[in-house]
Amino acid sequence: MGQEGIGARVLRKEDKRFITGQGRYTDDISERDMTHGVFVRSPHAHAKIASMDTSAAEAMPGVIGIVTGQELIDGAVGNIICGWMIYSKDGSAMKAAPWKPMDPDVVRHVGQPIALVVAETRAAAVDAAEKIEIEYEELPALTDFSKSMEPGGVVVHPDVAADNLICDWQLGDEAATDAAFASAAHVVELDLEQNRLVPNAIEPRAAIASYNAAEDHFTLNSTSQNPHVARLVLSAFYNIAPEHKLRVIAPDVGGGFGSKIYIYPEEITCLFAAKKLGRPVKWVADRTESFMTDAHGRDHVTKAKLALDADHKFIGLKVDTIANIGAYMSLFSSATPTYLYATLLAGQYTTPNIYCNVKLVYSHTTPVDAYRGAGRPEATFVVERIVEAAARQLGVTPVELRKKNFIREFPYQTPVLMNYDPTDFDALLQKGLHHIKYDEYPARKAEAAARGKLRGLGMSCYIEACGLAPSKAVGQLGGGVGQWESAEVRVNPVGTIEVLTGSHSHGQGHETTFAQVIADRFGLPVDNVSIVHGDTDKVQFGMGSYGSRSGPVGMGAIAKALDKVEAKAKKLAGHLLEADESDIVIENGELKVAGTDKKLGWHEMTLGAYTAHNIPDDMEPGLSEKAFYDPANFTFPAGTFICEVEIDPATGVTEVVNFVAIDDFGVIVNPNVVEGQVHGGLAQGIGQALLEGAFYDENGQLLTASYMDYTMPRADNLPSFALDHVETPNPNNPLGVKGCGEAGAIGSPAAVINAITDAIGTEAITMPATPEKVWRAIQETRPAMAAE
Amino acid sequence: MSEVTLTVNGREVTRDVEDRTLLVTLLRENLGLTGTHVGCDTSQCGACTVHIDGKAIKACTVLAGQVNGSDILTIEGLAEGDVLHPMQSAFREHHGLQCGFCTPGMIMMAVDIVNRHPNGLDEATIRQELEGNICRCTGYHNIVKAIDAAAKTMAATPIAAE
Repeated sequence: MGQEGIGARVLRKEDKRFITGQGRYTDDISERDMTHGVFVRSPHAHAKIASMDTSAAEAMPGVIGIVTGQELIDGAVGNIICGWMIYSKDGSAMKAAPWKPMDPDVVRHVGQPIALVVAETRAAAVDAAEKIEIEYEELPALTDFSKSMEPGGVVVHPDVAADNLICDWQLGDEAATDAAFASAAHVVELDLEQNRLVPNAIEPRAAIASYNAAEDHFTLNSTSQNPHVARLVLSAFYNIAPEHKLRVIAPDVGGGFGSKIYIYPEEITCLFAAKKLGRPVKWVADRTESFMTDAHGRDHVTKAKLALDADHKFIGLKVDTIANIGAYMSLFSSATPTYLYATLLAGQYTTPNIYCNVKLVYSHTTPVDAYRGAGRPEATFVVERIVEAAARQLGVTPVELRKKNFIREFPYQTPVLMNYDPTDFDALLQKGLHHIKYDEYPARKAEAAARGKLRGLGMSCYIEACGLAPSKAVGQLGGGVGQWESAEVRVNPVGTIEVLTGSHSHGQGHETTFAQVIADRFGLPVDNVSIVHGDTDKVQFGMGSYGSRSGPVGMGAIAKALDKVEAKAKKLAGHLLEADESDIVIENGELKVAGTDKKLGWHEMTLGAYTAHNIPDDMEPGLSEKAFYDPANFTFPAGTFICEVEIDPATGVTEVVNFVAIDDFGVIVNPNVVEGQVHGGLAQGIGQALLEGAFYDENGQLLTASYMDYTMPRADNLPSFALDHVETPNPNNPLGVKGCGEAGAIGSPAAVINAITDAIGTEAITMPATPEKVWRAIQETRPAMAAE
Repeated sequence: MSEVTLTVNGREVTRDVEDRTLLVTLLRENLGLTGTHVGCDTSQCGACTVHIDGKAIKACTVLAGQVNGSDILTIEGLAEGDVLHPMQSAFREHHGLQCGFCTPGMIMMAVDIVNRHPNGLDEATIRQELEGNICRCTGYHNIVKAIDAAAKTMAATPIAAE
């Protein structure tokens, strides 16, 4: 409704502060009498701490105090939790080893914090940190996690998991799947690797902890995607303070991508230090600290096989994965490679029998957890790589094979728990083929060949589950928290509106898109609506933003609260206009009696609600409503991505020359914002496919710990993208939206690698497909070209 | 300690700073100009880009003392009062930012790119020129569009290009 309602390309309200340098990120905030903290971190991947002497550091100029791991233990600070319980196929619970915020005895990954030095300036803290003397007894490290379960090897947590195996998890019917393979006409096998990624929000993690002794009250400003969850965990598990004695504020946050969901040792220690030292403590990660301690993503090795009948129908899929969890189990580390992964292995296809086994293992590396897409990029990569490989082996086109197997009847119950809502996979694929000009591709390939270039085309038809989700279902699967969202719509006496949302915006544009939902409902300008988020003192409990949930769940909660506001507004307007409330319509900021010229301005109604001089006898004064919305199901965005690459066989350099992304996100609230989310996700997925990878050497040293070593996608690595949509409203959501934050990163790696493997004629290429790897592969498949 | 005098966004300022103080630290911590951001420690990300005597330079690569006497322009000084610079407007109109953290550096770099290419820009040139500024949110697609659009606006109204 109106120019600023749902579907309008409203320019973002939040932009002005960002483009003029007035954003307020954690490091931009200063508290009176603030101190600066610097962490001393382990240079070793695995070592015993034989001794630590802080006396020289304490004597350094400007030093205020030092916090050690033993002090945290003595202060009853709890261990860091994993929030999702999973079970092995033998019924035993996952083996979660204790994760002390600063273990005083053993370090298990490079960068593990050992002590916090607090000083008057950051420079003084850095100087003093260098004076802490620590004697390490170095121990052998385990970094090649594919060998983690080999007998006699290095063990990360001997008291908990003697073979490094956290959980031997399974999903699906193994016997039925084996039977399908026994009857198969064709079996296609593929070995796959999911490279380890570092999320790399450009704003590093940061915290400012303050303690008010008179009130016995803490305040934490922090780079969090979910400040209420942070407060809950800091209170209930880390024993910092009861929730009402702890305020968590997540101000402007510079990107998250999952890495800012978690509550890390640094925030906990800063809070402890603020009370101990009686002064606010600021800590800001430098980029290398971010590389060493922000939870990493992906890191699987997988063996997959697909069974097809003589008619090329998929009859079985069997997937064996080893997932590297790192040194400790982070918050969602158990769910990401299991319930967020194997449940999507049906993809867009009618495969009736699917079985997946995942072995989650420890290693002496940074903890691995949910990173943009979280399990679903890994699943999509398995399905879409093996489908494309199957088409090549069977000599049919990837389009034909996919169409042969698409799901076309909805709702569709997969063999791996999910129940898909309606969408149209054929329409998505058809639009993709149209935009990539598929018919003309052979001519483009020939033209490239004439120039000595290898051209390849790859597709990825993804489906994902997001908008976490029905709390009951999540609870049954082991989730430790509910997955609803909250909203309060406060209508002021003058008619302007504040929406308090439990979602958190760290780039997603909620201040604009959420206001559009109100504009759409009442015909008010978005400038009359403010979105309040990110402060536990201001906003009711909410779950925050991750898993593409702010649209389907966060806005869903707003819609539910708006229902209540609308009902009360109509009742009051009916009373004031002497009409039946069922005859009242609200449009363009007015409440009208349908079929008459009787009407009331929005602000007249709201003022009436607050003066309360003339309201129905059974009505409370005021106009402010809240809702907690728990969705009935996950949402299922789906799409077709098509990537076209050109490779120089002499150098192995891959150029992405065309990239088409067609998505079904249901109803789109703001196309600008949605397209921006897709662009960013595509860049991360193309980055995973071509450029990015975190690498450890055999001693557990992180070789990629700066932007000098870890290849971030830059503007000149990427093309402009061609986007289009199919819109199937989500039937389970009050607004029909599905969520769009992760789709780009979920679908794109498979499309890129399918294009490269198409171009070079071998399936054997791992991500990142660097020029060296591609050139070596071409040496094998087309030595004549590579030698030219 | 050294005394450093700079003209920052048109205002002359003098501060005593430790010799090891980076320009970005002086701007953020001594002058409170927190629009200039720090995203890395290897001069790769470009979030700290400012103009020093009219050229885009990463403020983490220079010591404050090195630029004594220079004219510094930061993101806070780019607009003329309430009138946004065409590059700022273009970033908003083309949705060239999401979390906003890299944005000040991007905009300062983008203005410099346009200034150095008076004969116009094509997409490939914009992308190559942006190589020193990292964005994790936008995939650069809309940043490139914004710079292209602003370049045309700035060419039409040369006065706006500083």
